Parts: sequence; structure tokens; C-alpha cells
Amino acid sequence: MKNNNTEDMHSRWHDMGGKPAGKLEFSEHDFELWEKRVDALMVLASSKGYFTVDGLRRVLEDMGEKAFSEMTYYERWMASINQNLVEAGAYTLQELGEKMAEVANRGLTYGECNAQEIEENMNES
Amino acid sequence: MPHDHNNEMSPSGHPYRKDQDHPLTYWQNLEIAVREILVEKKITTEIEIQETINEMDNRTPSNGATVIAKAWTDPSYKQRLLTNASDASRELGFDIGPLKLIALENTKSIHNVIVCTLCSCYPRNLLGLPPDWYKQRSYRSRIVKTPRTVLKEFGLDLPKDLSVRVHDSTADMRYIVLPMRPHGTENFSTQALEKLVTRDSMIGVGLPKSA
Amino acid sequence: MKVKVKKMFPPGHVRTPSYLRGKIGEVERDLGYFKNPEELAYGLNAHKQKLYRVRFEMNEIWGETCENPSDTVDAEIYEHWLEKV
Repeated sequence: MKNNNTEDMHSRWHDMGGKPAGKLEFSEHDFELWEKRVDALMVLASSKGYFTVDGLRRVLEDMGEKAFSEMTYYERWMASINQNLVEAGAYTLQELGEKMAEVANRGLTYGECNAQEIEENMNES
Repeated sequence: MPHDHNNEMSPSGHPYRKDQDHPLTYWQNLEIAVREILVEKKITTEIEIQETINEMDNRTPSNGATVIAKAWTDPSYKQRLLTNASDASRELGFDIGPLKLIALENTKSIHNVIVCTLCSCYPRNLLGLPPDWYKQRSYRSRIVKTPRTVLKEFGLDLPKDLSVRVHDSTADMRYIVLPMRPHGTENFSTQALEKLVTRDSMIGVGLPKSA
Repeated sequence: MKVKVKKMFPPGHVRTPSYLRGKIGEVERDLGYFKNPEELAYGLNAHKQKLYRVRFEMNEIWGETCENPSDTVDAEIYEHWLEKV
């Protein structure tokens, strides 16, 4: 059981220093293209002044511990980047909802849903 | 330290994993949608996104190894590195953006190790993206409380008379460890020295390879 | 300069780890002024705050049963979280 003191009751889940945890797991993986794109969106959105890494972290923290265990790193980033962009007025939820539906209708896999756009670009040029 | 001795590594120091060909996930759907909206609104372009990915892919532990090997062979460079590691990295041609970097020198009496207990801050603009374990609870929770136990899991058993300095990247600085030059490398070229510098030795969870 | 980290627990985005709150350390270096992340995180016009690197001894943080008393933790702490000892 936790101590009934202020630290334990009010330190937030992401604030992990000193809290109990198991042994290290050394599995590593390289990043998929879509994950690299998420990373790039963060770099670009912050360099263009839409929000800062602090905003990214704030939303990640507010998503809670459940998201930390159930979503992958870049899934959480994507959710946070989107929320920050909406808050900054970059686009509306209506625009986003319509675009997401359009993307999902293009095919079954990530590759297929991107492929159409690459095809369009080729037809235009 | 199995993660440093795997031959199947990408330039960023991670094992390769093939791109997904399974059903589109909700978050991938969101990524495509947000990216296309930002392009349509001329906030960014597909080319700019690809260039940003390329820039990040070019940031790898070998950039850090170049910095470390230079510091091992050039005392005045080492002084500049310890004074301002951002400028010293730029001096060697590395585009590290706005990164504010501090180099921490390992000595016979001090061993440095870096962490971010609050999220996953890492000297990514020099070394590339962090390894998975750096972002996980086990490392973030325990390295500030029982660093010696954690370092043992990395295969590093430090003597009691060596002080461990843990550096928690809580705000605007990022850190890189300047490990000690391995014994028996007096006649090594800078290029040969670079090959001894591992990613883990620059995080402080490993040592350079021996000569 | 000896400093003590304020022991406060506001809900919301802060960059002072809870394991250091209430602990006494020694300023290692003055890093200059940086925009306050507690304002930046909410998209506000952030004020600049002085940032310090503070060094804490393991037994100060974790007590006498710490792993090794000669080991230390350094962290960056904003001025508004610090009080002089």
C-alpha cells in the first residue's frame, strides 16, 4: 500500500523517478515510415510556432497511464500532436473528420491509403 | 550489452523492422489525415516532411562518436566540448538545430549516466532517436534511485570508490557522456577511435569497446 | 549555493520531478533564462525564468538506506521552484 503522504498521493503517473519498476527489457526496434512521419510533424509544427514540445508533453501526460501502457509511443505522439494543432486553430475537427473518412475509404492498409495520394501527385505532374 | 553488438542495425542504431502491411490503424489514419490537411493548407509540404525525416535519419550515434574521438585526440577541442558541447558539435559540421548540449566527462573517480524521468528527453539532434529501453518505465524509474543495480543489468559493474552521477534531463538541456579513452589506443587514428565509441557509452550505460 | 526544492503539488504540467521536491541540493551551474514550460505547455505567452542545475546527494533524496551515499543526481530546476537554504 502507498504511504498516506502528499508525494505519493499527488505525484503524477509520468513522473517516474524512484517509483517501483521491474528489470530492463532490451528489445529494440527501428521506426516505421508512419512513425517517422509523426516525428517529422512534431518537428515541423513546433518550428512553425503552432505549439511547443511542452504542449506535446502536457497532452501526453493528461492522456494518462492507461494510454502509456496500451498505445505505442508514436500513437500517443500522434494523438497529442493532433490535439495541440486543433487547440492552435490549424484546422477544425470537421475538416479532420472528413479527411479521416476519405483516407480510410482508399484501401485496407497504410500503404494503400497513402498510395492513392502518391498516384494523384504523379497524375498532376 | 547485446544491443551494441547486433550486426543487423539501422544507421540510427536500432534493428530493422519492415514497414507495416496490415490493416490501417486509427492512429495511422489520423497521421495521414493531419499530414494531408497541413499540406493542403500550405502549412508544410510533402517534400519538407520527407526532408525532415531524412535529417533525423542522418542523426546517428556515429555523429556522437566523431565528437568523442575528436575530444580524445585534441585537448583544445575537448576543452571547447566541455565548455559548450552544442558549439563543439556544430564545429564538426553536425546540424543539431537548437539543441542545448552539455558534455559530461567520465574520469577515474566519476561515472556519468543520463536519463529523463519525466518523459524521454535525449540528445536526439546529435545521436538520433533514443533506444526503446531509454523511454521505458524500468530505466526511468530506477536509474535515479539504484543506478548501480541498473548499470549491472547493462553489464557494467562499477567499483564503490567511483562516484555515479546521474543526470536527469528535466528541462532545456540535453546531455552526452564523454567516456574515458580506452587503454592501449595511444597509436589509434581518430577514425579507429570512432569505431570504439558506442551509443551506450555516450548515454553512460556502457563503456567504449576496448582496443 | 544550497537550495531547497519547494514541496508543492499543483495538478498540471510541471518539470520538477516529485522525487526531488522538499530536497536540498547544491547549485551546480546557472543556465540562464528560459521560457517557463508551465505556461508554454498551455500555449500561453511564457515568461522567462532562471534555470539552475542542482546536484543532490543520494542519501538526501532516498535516505540512509540509499544504494551508495557518494552518488548524486543532477537535475535542471526553475528558479520559482527553489528557495535558499
